[in-house]
Amino acid sequence: MIDVFVGHYSYWFILVLLVIGLYGIIFKKNLVKKVIGLSIFQVAIILFYVAGASKWTATVPVLEHGVQPEVTVQYINPLPHTLMLTAIVVGVAISGVAFALIIRIYRRYRTLDEDTLLKYMNDDKE
Amino acid sequence: MNMSDIYTSAVPLYAVLVSLAAVPLIILSAKRPNLREFWTIAAGVVKFILVLTLLPGALQNRVATVHLFEITPNIQLALKADAVGVFFAIVASGLWILTSFFSIGYMRGLGEHKQTRYYSYFAICLSSTIGIAFAANLVTFVLFYEILTIATYPLVIHKETKEAIYAGRKYLAYTLTAGVFLIAAVAWTHQLNGNLDFVPGGLLQGLALTAGQVVPLFLLFIAAVGVKASIMPLHSWLPTAMAAPTPVSALLHAVAVVKAGVFGIIRVSMFIFGPSIMVQFGLNRILIVLAVFTILAGSLLALKQDNLKKRLAYSTVAHLSYIVLGVGIMSSTALIGSLLHIAFHATMKITLFFCAGAIYVHYHKENISEMDGIGKVMPWTMGAFTIASMGLAGIPPVNGFISKWYLGVGAVESGQFLLIVVLVISGVLNAAYFSPIVYRSFFRKGQAQEKYEKEKTAMVVPLVLTACLSLIFGLFPNLFFSFFKLAVQAATGIFGGPLP
Amino acid sequence: MIKNNAPALAPLIFLFAGIIIPLVALKLRSLAYYVALAATLAATIVSIFNLFSVLETGPIRYYFGGWPPPIGIEYVLDPLSAFLTAVINGITFIVLIHAGKIVEKEILEHRRVPYYALVMLFLCGCNGIILTGDFFNLYVFLEISSLALYGMVAAGDKKAPISAFRYLIMGTVGGGFYLLGVGFLYFHTGSLNMADIKEILPVLGTNPVVIVALSLMILGLGIKMALFPLHGWLPDAYTHAPSASSSIMAPIGVKIGAYGILRILLFVFGIKFVTQVFPIAQIITWLSAAGIIYGSIMAISQDEMKRMLAYSSISQIGYIGLGIGLANPFGIIGAVLHILNHGLMKACLFLVAGNFRMKLGHSNINDFNDTLRKKMPWTTAAFAAGALAMVGIPPTVGFFSKWYLVLGTIENKSWHFLVVILLSSLLNAVYFFRIIEKIYFKSQHGSQVNEEKQPIKRSEVTASMLVPTLVLAVALFIFGLLNTLIVKGVLMKALPPGM
Repeated sequence: MIDVFVGHYSYWFILVLLVIGLYGIIFKKNLVKKVIGLSIFQVAIILFYVAGASKWTATVPVLEHGVQPEVTVQYINPLPHTLMLTAIVVGVAISGVAFALIIRIYRRYRTLDEDTLLKYMNDDKE
Repeated sequence: MNMSDIYTSAVPLYAVLVSLAAVPLIILSAKRPNLREFWTIAAGVVKFILVLTLLPGALQNRVATVHLFEITPNIQLALKADAVGVFFAIVASGLWILTSFFSIGYMRGLGEHKQTRYYSYFAICLSSTIGIAFAANLVTFVLFYEILTIATYPLVIHKETKEAIYAGRKYLAYTLTAGVFLIAAVAWTHQLNGNLDFVPGGLLQGLALTAGQVVPLFLLFIAAVGVKASIMPLHSWLPTAMAAPTPVSALLHAVAVVKAGVFGIIRVSMFIFGPSIMVQFGLNRILIVLAVFTILAGSLLALKQDNLKKRLAYSTVAHLSYIVLGVGIMSSTALIGSLLHIAFHATMKITLFFCAGAIYVHYHKENISEMDGIGKVMPWTMGAFTIASMGLAGIPPVNGFISKWYLGVGAVESGQFLLIVVLVISGVLNAAYFSPIVYRSFFRKGQAQEKYEKEKTAMVVPLVLTACLSLIFGLFPNLFFSFFKLAVQAATGIFGGPLP
Repeated sequence: MIKNNAPALAPLIFLFAGIIIPLVALKLRSLAYYVALAATLAATIVSIFNLFSVLETGPIRYYFGGWPPPIGIEYVLDPLSAFLTAVINGITFIVLIHAGKIVEKEILEHRRVPYYALVMLFLCGCNGIILTGDFFNLYVFLEISSLALYGMVAAGDKKAPISAFRYLIMGTVGGGFYLLGVGFLYFHTGSLNMADIKEILPVLGTNPVVIVALSLMILGLGIKMALFPLHGWLPDAYTHAPSASSSIMAPIGVKIGAYGILRILLFVFGIKFVTQVFPIAQIITWLSAAGIIYGSIMAISQDEMKRMLAYSSISQIGYIGLGIGLANPFGIIGAVLHILNHGLMKACLFLVAGNFRMKLGHSNINDFNDTLRKKMPWTTAAFAAGALAMVGIPPTVGFFSKWYLVLGTIENKSWHFLVVILLSSLLNAVYFFRIIEKIYFKSQHGSQVNEEKQPIKRSEVTASMLVPTLVLAVALFIFGLLNTLIVKGVLMKALPPGM
């Protein structure tokens, strides 16, 4: 039983991070904090891939002279890392769009408080 | 069961399309009322002639069929003009011509608004009615049935008063719900069989079915087509829909729409389930119970209506169930009575509605209590009214007697003597709710007499014609359109049996 | 199996157009619109051509960079993906013709060029999602299309940025869940290729990891698809987006998520797994059924036409989810056909809403009256056609979607879902006939007395807006009558293996 926790401690850490991110997205009232939550959420997923690909006894998948390439156990699977490069790019783009929207919202309403903004959404019909 | 001879012919298709083709012409000539009405009449005449050309074939058991294309995998959009279909088509298209003439008199007499819309939707309604008559399978039937539902809506709320809009909503609520049941029922049938053709004697016959499947399926079908057939307790849209202009009530709410419902019951009972399944699972008893209840309750409710059109509406409710009753008796003779009642009730009831319309145009009176003495001012109208109401009560020599006679004989043949009692009681009730009107209009003095105005020809001619037709068919049921032979033909196709 | 570069063509056209639009616009701004239109036309032609060649020769696969799967990324044109690309490109082309004028009215001049670039990116993403045979690539395209959509929504009215922000938050969380699910699947199977994973999964047997992966992916796509109760972003986003955006995203936007779910459930995991081993198909069916009813009821109580249509979309997307979840041939045919049919109906209705906004400046249902019929007879006629289709009156397309779905529910003996479908078409009738009554019949409050005296001038929208609206309205009938051609010719070949 204890093995499940200790043996996979990195995943439990990632889970905690994921929940923190979701908590921020759902419960924080400030839009910027929501975006921070969103970033934490995405980082958790990225870490999940990286952790899944990690191996203690292996090295970077770069061919050295004289080493037989068939011994794949020696190498870390590079694919998750490259995937995450793409995911990071997506994440940055999303944060960028989110901040652009936040700026527009702030310029118009002079507030970033979600409750106040929702009131604007519901009250004023046009 | 004698196999019918099938031949390909596009005539049924043309018969459906001709009034649809008239719609753009009607809309385009919106600014010129005479031309617009000419298109309506022309379409009506052409349609009627096309339907009539199918009559000889149908009498010789030769069925004109046209397959268009697959509307859903393995099911064609197909039309066929079998005896039952031709029968209904002749009634609907023939009376459309008369109604069109009457409409012209009525609409112009009242200076109604949006007449172009009125004539266009009328034409669409007729197209879909003929489509229902000629539908060769359930999907085609559903298609035209639903189009009819929608096309009638603008006619029901034509006046656009609060009352009319309420009637429209109620009408839609009832008929769209029915449409939904119909889709469920048809889909279920499709699942049982994979084929949806109308087969004389029953499509589902010979399948291993359990009561758990057949009874709910039948009830779904009855809930679906029973709304238009205004079987109680699904009838209440019909009296409300009397808010429509009278020609609409005349053709649609006495002939096309409601008879489409009854026709649906015939198609479902005789061509989908078939007599043997109907009897085996006691489905015909469901029909009989519903019909008897509707006949008696409808007639009683008609008694207490003061509004003439409402009284006619309840009378229609009751008379539609005569037809349902004939189906439920499940004998060849009773079915002949049923079919004849489709045609004969149509000629009689349309006469009555025409009369109600003519009275409304002249006096703007809708209530029976205000009609004292009207018969002296409008002798033709009230004369026709008298003949038609005699017919509905079943008094010879008007045609209502004949259809009732066959219903009665059918009931006796199948040993259901109680139904004779029902027929007699309802005949008495019919007399009870029509005779006061006749009495008041001819034998009482009223203010109506003071405002003398000549009866309008455009309205009088159609209603006198339909009254004459009622008389003629009462004496010679085979004249002109061989209604009797057609009905016999249809009944033999279904029940096999020898000619009565 | 033919190796061919046809599968990659459509997404690349849009990607290229998305890049070239800002460049061309440096020279002449108004060119942006025409480039977008031309690209969409080209993609439509390509995807229709592809559809025919796929039907003739069978699936076409394209390996990006020449790397064969599972190493490389694979694009697959099978009947399902070919059909859907043809549908979304075709509908978008018609909508874009309409968009030209309304974008000029609703979107500031300096924003129009990036707007069209975003539209191109969105379409690139949609085409990519449908064509790709790789789970991670699907994620990337999902986020490309979503990012473009956030921008397209934000270009709308005053409240649009807030709606877009909320959409962004929910959409990103959805994308995140999907990515997480892909991660589980990847670490379990060692592959990202759909066809490859399909082979591997039965070998590995049932494992909690697979179930977690599937649930996370469906959760993520469910948010993108606005599957009840994950639909929260949709009504605001549709309402406040510019008319052009809502008429592009409503017909095709959420369908992409539905397609993803269909592909994953039935083509990768297989019918047996999703119905018997882990009954997620049933869960989707129940949620969809709840969404159908919820969306219809909410639509009835809306006063703004676009918002009403948005709730109606939630309900209609439920039809698609329901069909997928039934996991029988009729259900799937109904679902995929409804992607086309609902696309046509919603596009038509949103174009009508756009026309109203163009001429009236609003689309508030309470302000509609029968002068509208005289002012804009063709637009209101198109509305009536769309409404009939939504209610499901034959021979419109709506009837046939309903017909196949009803057959599907009866085949599964799911009578409760049958009731749901039929009930919802009645609810549709309530909210559409409410508007028809207002448009076509005399106002009951007598406020039109003054206007009755002076004849109402006809002020219909220009041809570039009217023609697309009418084309769609007519298509509702034509596609309805010809549905068998599509069902027999395409959809029956597009059924998942084993049906």
